[in-house]
Amino acid sequence: MKNEQRHKEAVKSLLKVADEIYTHLDKGHIPTMGVPSRTKTNITFNQRQMVWKLGKSKTLRSAKKLDGAYMLLRTLYMIEFIEAMIKANKSSTLREMYYISEGWDKAKFGAQDESNKLAEDLEVVTAHMREDFKLRPEEDGARVIGNITVNEKNRKGVEKKINCRDDVGDSGYSIPYNVELDKVKFGDCDVDFIIAIETGGMFDRLVENGFDEDSRAALVHLKGQPARSTRRFIKRLSEEKDVPVVVFTDGDPWSYRIFASVAFGAIKTAHISEYLATPTAQYVGITPSDIINYDLPSDKLTDKDVQALKSELTDPRFKDPFWTNEIKLQLDLKKKAEQQALAKYGLDYVTDKYLPEKLGEMGLLK
Amino acid sequence: MTSLGIAEELAKKHKEISVAEFFERNKHILGFDSPTKALLTAVKEGVDNALDACEEAGILPDIHVEIRKGKRNEFKVVIEDNGPGIIKKQVPHVFGRLLYGSRFHAIRQSRGQQGIGISAAVMYGQLTTGRASTIKSKTARMDTAVTMQLMIDTKKNRSEVLKEDFFVWDGKEHGVRIEMFMEGRYVRSKQSPLEYLRGTAIVNPHASITFIEPDGLKHVFERVSEKLPDPTEEIKPHPTGIELGIFMRMLKSTDKLKVRTFLQTEFESVSYRVADEILAKAKLDRTIRVKDIDLDRGRAILDAISKVRIQAPSKECLSPIGDILIRKGLRNVLDGAKPDFYSPPITREPRVYKGNPFQVEVGIVYGGQLPREHQVQVLRFANRVPLLYQQGGCAITQAVEGMDWRRYGLDQKGGRGIPHGPAVIMVHIASTKVPFTSESKEAVANIAEIIEEVQKGLRACARRLQTHLNKKVRKKKAREKFDIVQQILPMIAEKSSELVGKPVPALGPVITQIMNVIWIDDTVEYQKKRHKITLTLYNYTPTGKKLSLYAEVPANCIDDKSFSLAPTRMRSSGKIRWDLGRIKTTEKLDITFDLKGLDKRDFDECELYVSGITAANVIGAEALPGDWDIDGEEPELAEIDPEVASAVASTELDDIPVEPEEKDEDTHPIEKEKARPDMDVIPMEEKRVKPDKNTLPKEEKKAKPDKDTAPKGEKKAKPERDTLPMGDKKARPERDTIPKEEKKVRPDKDTPRIDKRKASPDKSPPPPKKQIKSTRDKPPKKHVQSKLEGLM
Repeated sequence: MKNEQRHKEAVKSLLKVADEIYTHLDKGHIPTMGVPSRTKTNITFNQRQMVWKLGKSKTLRSAKKLDGAYMLLRTLYMIEFIEAMIKANKSSTLREMYYISEGWDKAKFGAQDESNKLAEDLEVVTAHMREDFKLRPEEDGARVIGNITVNEKNRKGVEKKINCRDDVGDSGYSIPYNVELDKVKFGDCDVDFIIAIETGGMFDRLVENGFDEDSRAALVHLKGQPARSTRRFIKRLSEEKDVPVVVFTDGDPWSYRIFASVAFGAIKTAHISEYLATPTAQYVGITPSDIINYDLPSDKLTDKDVQALKSELTDPRFKDPFWTNEIKLQLDLKKKAEQQALAKYGLDYVTDKYLPEKLGEMGLLK
Repeated sequence: MTSLGIAEELAKKHKEISVAEFFERNKHILGFDSPTKALLTAVKEGVDNALDACEEAGILPDIHVEIRKGKRNEFKVVIEDNGPGIIKKQVPHVFGRLLYGSRFHAIRQSRGQQGIGISAAVMYGQLTTGRASTIKSKTARMDTAVTMQLMIDTKKNRSEVLKEDFFVWDGKEHGVRIEMFMEGRYVRSKQSPLEYLRGTAIVNPHASITFIEPDGLKHVFERVSEKLPDPTEEIKPHPTGIELGIFMRMLKSTDKLKVRTFLQTEFESVSYRVADEILAKAKLDRTIRVKDIDLDRGRAILDAISKVRIQAPSKECLSPIGDILIRKGLRNVLDGAKPDFYSPPITREPRVYKGNPFQVEVGIVYGGQLPREHQVQVLRFANRVPLLYQQGGCAITQAVEGMDWRRYGLDQKGGRGIPHGPAVIMVHIASTKVPFTSESKEAVANIAEIIEEVQKGLRACARRLQTHLNKKVRKKKAREKFDIVQQILPMIAEKSSELVGKPVPALGPVITQIMNVIWIDDTVEYQKKRHKITLTLYNYTPTGKKLSLYAEVPANCIDDKSFSLAPTRMRSSGKIRWDLGRIKTTEKLDITFDLKGLDKRDFDECELYVSGITAANVIGAEALPGDWDIDGEEPELAEIDPEVASAVASTELDDIPVEPEEKDEDTHPIEKEKARPDMDVIPMEEKRVKPDKNTLPKEEKKAKPDKDTAPKGEKKAKPERDTLPMGDKKARPERDTIPKEEKKVRPDKDTPRIDKRKASPDKSPPPPKKQIKSTRDKPPKKHVQSKLEGLM
């Protein structure tokens, strides 16, 4: 679908939402809006696409409650704003929209979280991506280093060929917020696998140690919980160039969720999992077993960590023997470890010993 | 060793111990067991005496207390009053002799009783410092005041006057000043002279108390009531619960010959009829003589007494503080903490324990800056004296601890013990003989009747607190709904219609669905020495609603002539009831009336209750409690001025003339009865039998609720009507549902009148309503907001 067309369709769907609210009022009913609930109990595994997607359960937002009434009002204001923006052929960041809501009287948002969430709601309700609404996130700047060539259309509309090893500095190629086909195309790709790394420190360690060249890997920095564009970039690269993906994070419950969002789809964005998730992605570590096997320095689990782990045990995405065992092991150990704990054995240990061993087990490194 | 036996040896040691000597060795019994407590006890005894003396003489007390630090642990305690003074001859006895007093043998309520308090303080001072006390006294008749220095000869229980003199007491017409030196320790804890005086000020709003602390800090508790407590009368003992030994002693000392006469004359509340009943129950002849009563017969009489219903003792011997003065007193002392709520205090009817009448009063203060995390402060009082020590051993504390306070909105672990929360609980026990646990009079003994009465009072008072808290919480919740319907919903309507390009829809039906409450507002304004009360009922439900409204205000201050809507029933105890006619959806009803004779701060909100409607759908009033009608008073219906009663304050009058059938529905039930011209005002219970009522000549007028007849309501209605088209019937498609709803509402058990109405032959069946057929016309758009404006 062409861009223009996509935006038009999006506006149409949005106005349908407004019309529903109007019709309720006109018929003398309390206005409501059903939003599919984005919780771990409402995601189902899609066998065909191999990702976790939203289920059928909905939460009803009703003007009967103060919060609900505010949300409905904000929804209408946001719809109006998006409509006007598309008409004027502009786009805005989520943060800008949050500030624009300052002028919305009672409908203004209390925090950016609220406006981000409402934008997601509208995606879910209308089955459009927020890019179709011309809303974009703040620049993520997630970095890539490796022997891949990217053809990116720059702001002048010229396609630029960028080799992510040779044409970039130490900080690598920066992933733009839009990585769709009209913006980013992949050229030559001479790597054996993609390794997505949680922390900047570890990313820089692998760069400094020349891991990308020695092991024929593309390094992608996730920057914590990865942005949509980062996940989309990984998915497209993996599928289009048929490169396996591995994820390398800290050994704590929050990092497992980072992996889950790359591999299975995040709960928050389950409505667009098929765009974002890379079902073939594998987890390298740090695993709780690693803490024992490599005798890594560790921290005690906090109460919140324990809670998160327990919650993961009931999370359908983690319902496989590997994760169940590892999580239970960690609950027994009551310990967690960071990626950089490997430095206990020296700066080169991660590239000389740990990763070759782990990736070897996976059959990715010979 | 040989000549004297053990017994004889011991007998030599036996000798009379003087009372003073005994107390010297047992100072704790009198409350002088620690240096901290000694200062408090001295102040307390002096102030109690001063207050008693002033009240007996009919003088509004001005009391000055001062504690000054001397060398080492020595303090000078000064208490001065403006009482009647003590004649010179009596001074040494009153202050220098234990067990000398006028009240020991009288059955009446007073602070001091045994006459040991102040002299014990003098003695304690003398024991710890070796110094004499100085007493200054002047009666109105004395030309010059007298000053005396005295000490107590503890062996003889007599006072020694060291020095006496006459002097001119500047500006003092009468009064007593006592200066004592004693060892002590000054603190500002919960058990300190300051707390004691603070408490005293609460329960003695007629007293003005000044206190100067050792550091010079001056506290003044101003007089807030010019009314002295009613003088108490001495009474005879009440027969209920009297102990056998005492009964037998009374039999022995009476000069009556017949038991019947003895019972009638020597006891309170016993008439000849009651005496006969007692004797009959005891299976004794009514002519039986006093001298024929042995222990068994005496016991039989006592058993019989417990089975015969005997009237409660006369109130005359007791002097409760009363709800209004308790409130004044609490405000006077606690207002610094800016409490949110003074629960209307409860004064229970007098009861009897062991033949002694007593009366319980309870007050609760809540919120403001009172500490939230701490235990609730329990202020205990007996005969207007604060009790500061032995809190745990006191019946009042036990009564508080034994109640589940969680249901009344206070925290309490496990539903037992002193509750936590920002509250002060005040309990006052007035009695001719408060049963203290010890002579130091620090705690009330655990007596079942007293605990029960205290708890009854606490529950009643706590329920008022709970009502207030519920009201607050529910109003807050409802305010959110107002936000929705007043601000957000109109914006939603506007924005959505803009987006879809259609006209703004009418919001009336949605508003009532969202609110779905009857909202009752209660405003009190104080003007020209009157509390002007406005009760406004808003029907924010989708259907018409009928209900009975009940208000409770302080007793004896309702201005009967001020009612905008005649109550269905009213009692002098301050309980008012209205059986209201139907309030249509989105309409409101105002009821106004005045209270007179109260100070501004004596009253700040009505207690409101409803019946005949699900209380959950009502904001601003609670469900009528089951014991509303039980207050030990005969019901009475106040006379209502006909003129006033006519001014029904329905604010909402329709432009369209109402069809006669409709009128019947909306006509207030009370008006039907008014049509019957042949009866006087009588209490309701009787009315059921004779279903007629005094006439009020305006039934005619009322039957036609058009503009001319309801001048008051009309005036109010007018300015709003234009802006409130939702009231317009045409605009109410939801009307169809009403006839069903009405049927549900009508069988109201609380209103006997309703039955009458049903039986009434001329009653038309619920008429078909014009509105039903009428139309789903939309009202003109965009006026929604204004409809509810009156509210906030």
